Amino acid sequence: MSEAPASRRQAILGNTYRAVRTILVNPAALAGLLIVVVLVLAAVFAPWLAMGQTPLRPDLANRLAAPSSLHWFGTDELGRDIYARTLFGARVTLTIVALVSVVVVPIGLAVGTVAGYFGGWIDTVLMRITDIFLAFPKLILALAFAAALGPGIENAVIAIALTAWPAYARIARSETMTIARSDFIQATVLQGASTWRILFRHIVPLCLSSVIVRLTLDMAGIILTAAGLGFLGLGAQPPTAEWGAMVSAGRDVILDQWWVATIPGLAIFIVSLGFNLLGDGLRDVFDPKST
Amino acid sequence: MSSTGTIGQVGRRHYLTSIARSVISFLFSLIITFIGLTAVTFLISKMTNIDPVLALVGDKATKEVYDLAYKALGLDQPIWVQYGIYLKRLLSADFGVSVLTGQPVLTDLIRVFPATFELATIATVIGVLLGVPAGVIAGACKGRWPDHVIRVVGLFGYSVPVFWLGLVGLFFFYGKLGWVSGTGRLDVFYNGVVTTRTGIILIDSALEGNWEIFANAFGHLILPASILAYYSLAYIARMTRSFMIDQLSQEYIIAARIKGNSYWGAVWRHAFPNIMVPLITVIGLSYASLLEGSVLAETVFAWPGLGLYITRAMFNSDMNAVLGGTIVVGTVFIGVNLISDLLYRVFDPRLRTS
Amino acid sequence: MTEPLLTVENLEVTYPGRTGVTRAVRNVSFTLGRERLGIVGESGSGKSTLGRALLGLVPRPSIVGARKMSYAGTNLLACTEREWQNLRGRRLSMVMQDPKYSLNPVKTVGNQIAETCFLHLRTSRKDAERRTLDMLQAVQIRDPEVVYQLYPHQLSGGMGQRVMIAMMLIAEPDLLIADEPTSALDVTVQNEVLRILDDLVRERGMGLIFISHNLTVVSSFCDRVLIMYGGRVVEECLAQDLQQAKHPYTRGLVAATPSLDVRRDELATVMRDPEWLQ
Repeated sequence: MSEAPASRRQAILGNTYRAVRTILVNPAALAGLLIVVVLVLAAVFAPWLAMGQTPLRPDLANRLAAPSSLHWFGTDELGRDIYARTLFGARVTLTIVALVSVVVVPIGLAVGTVAGYFGGWIDTVLMRITDIFLAFPKLILALAFAAALGPGIENAVIAIALTAWPAYARIARSETMTIARSDFIQATVLQGASTWRILFRHIVPLCLSSVIVRLTLDMAGIILTAAGLGFLGLGAQPPTAEWGAMVSAGRDVILDQWWVATIPGLAIFIVSLGFNLLGDGLRDVFDPKST
Repeated sequence: MSSTGTIGQVGRRHYLTSIARSVISFLFSLIITFIGLTAVTFLISKMTNIDPVLALVGDKATKEVYDLAYKALGLDQPIWVQYGIYLKRLLSADFGVSVLTGQPVLTDLIRVFPATFELATIATVIGVLLGVPAGVIAGACKGRWPDHVIRVVGLFGYSVPVFWLGLVGLFFFYGKLGWVSGTGRLDVFYNGVVTTRTGIILIDSALEGNWEIFANAFGHLILPASILAYYSLAYIARMTRSFMIDQLSQEYIIAARIKGNSYWGAVWRHAFPNIMVPLITVIGLSYASLLEGSVLAETVFAWPGLGLYITRAMFNSDMNAVLGGTIVVGTVFIGVNLISDLLYRVFDPRLRTS
Repeated sequence: MTEPLLTVENLEVTYPGRTGVTRAVRNVSFTLGRERLGIVGESGSGKSTLGRALLGLVPRPSIVGARKMSYAGTNLLACTEREWQNLRGRRLSMVMQDPKYSLNPVKTVGNQIAETCFLHLRTSRKDAERRTLDMLQAVQIRDPEVVYQLYPHQLSGGMGQRVMIAMMLIAEPDLLIADEPTSALDVTVQNEVLRILDDLVRERGMGLIFISHNLTVVSSFCDRVLIMYGGRVVEECLAQDLQQAKHPYTRGLVAATPSLDVRRDELATVMRDPEWLQ
């Protein structure tokens, strides 16, 4: 590694190394990264980690059992193992987060880069639309949407995505406006590159880092909204193990069987904390000014 | 001291035209955003698989009656005409009738709004009173322990699900410690004792001098309000901190110190007045999001406000109520946001006098 | 020279960086009476840091050390924060470079000037107002009552700098540090501001430290000049003797200054030698 890289590869490696080092020496960001890694592992290996318990099999003889060596986190109102359900719930959470990202990032990038690059009336129109969506009450709109389409993960994802994309359009637009003015883009234009080539090969890749930082910071919000929809009964439907719905199921017994609502709630809290910590760390790496 | 020179008058005239311009752009944004909001709710109402005709005539109606109702609702018209009809209805404050309560949706909304307003307002007041000083201190002590403590507290606020925190709060402070009252706005046997004037129980009971009810209402309010306040605090403190750091790196802070101000004197007397204006916007945003975001808290605390009304309507496929509620919340949300933006222009001397 | 106003011996300002310690000011010593001392150097030569160190306002991670630093009998090195606050603004003060940034944007001009009064003189509101108006008059602002009510963004650069001078002189300090006080101004108003500053300093018999990169201004304005390079004072001489300076760096600076009196076809480039720092 050196301050003056000799090749592109060396530059990439050097930057990656610096980024990784910044994350690793920052204990908070490292903790966030660990939590996210654990979440992914839990989701992938849930059937093996469940220790012979299953998330869906009811055991009515064993309803609302307290945590024990057999049921680490106790059982719920149908006698299902809360530990296993929490593990499998990570899958639902991760699915929602992944789906929302897949929907939101391309839309935001497309709207933002087009608006920022072309400017003029295209910019005005697109940004007006973005502002309208930005001014919407997010949770209520997601509620109305989920209510109209019927409850379920897909509709929860659409509802969240609908209110989440404008922020990305804003970021992509402001980045594009800076990049488009720079000399190397002018040089590419002079070389005869088509507008779309410039947008996709030059501008979009450069917007990605700020979009990813923002996405990481938004993850916590997405998880919380998804869990909120689940809590209201508008997310994943029973008997699927979903953290928000699990907390809701534990509501009525909170005073006597605290673990039913507490454990999945803690899971939501820890995971969104993890994404927040990681996001803060990434922001420090990519945008040291704004800390 | 009064300004008598010509510059003062010119400045004032500029001030008025700039205010007028702000008001016009404010109204323009309000209208555009309102059209966007109603367009989305209109599309949502089109997407639902509930047949509005069946909801009106019932499933025992004949084909003729059905067709008649279909026409009467304008469903044979092109979609943009339907939207026009819809918009016209909304502008005359006609949100339809709630299937669930059998009352006009507007009447219902007026009845439930004060509860949400009371909750969100108290929460915002607590959030501002704690969040602003916390943010100022964190920013002024950047990188030292008060900053870290406040940052961690804020980070927790960003990460904890409100419905879960509400449950845990109920479990501890109501179930275990008995410090606060349980769900709802009042104990059951106090319901209807005080005449509803404003709909805000704290005010209504105080007006009647019924301090017993006032205390009871306060006991019910304090937990949900504190929990919502935590969210508003986390957001306000984070924004205040970053504004503060920004201002403290400015040259005029050094100038203030050279004049003989202490560090904290420069912080409060010089940096703070500079962040007050952007803070108005932040507080407005946080207030608006509490007005809409109290849905989950209201569900947990059985708080009979807008959020609970909308969620109940949702589970009973009462789309008129859901969409009416969405539009009202959305309009209030947009309105509060835009008003805070307007206040920004009114209070910032740089925008006011330039 | 009578008893010196300011004595500085072996002043060092260092701040920790990623690659070791940076020495912004190295081993600087001088004394100052009620006279006008110029400090000249290029950007990054440590002259502004020196000025800030004299006010005890070097930002946090930096460390200030000296064998002796005293102001009119007060040992500055042993000052508590409280004592510093009583000194700053009242006994020694500083005019900063750019009024666009150094005046508080949301406070009126009058309030900012009067604040110095409140902080040090324990005057009544009315009295502070009167003093402020007098002071605005003293820096030759024409409509003090109007300007009192204005916000900084409504002032021109020259007016802003006069307000800055008023704000820093209203509590009648004995020593003023002027850190590039005219560099941010239009050339046309530079002289005007300098003249006002000069008159006030003369009238009140104050000491002045004039920090600048402009050799011409310093030599015409000051009695004595310190030349700084890389945090060190490389030469000290009387202003009128600048043309006969001995140190190669000073000579380089003088040679690089355009002049109306001496015809120079080509301005010399300043040569630097790391050995001067040893």
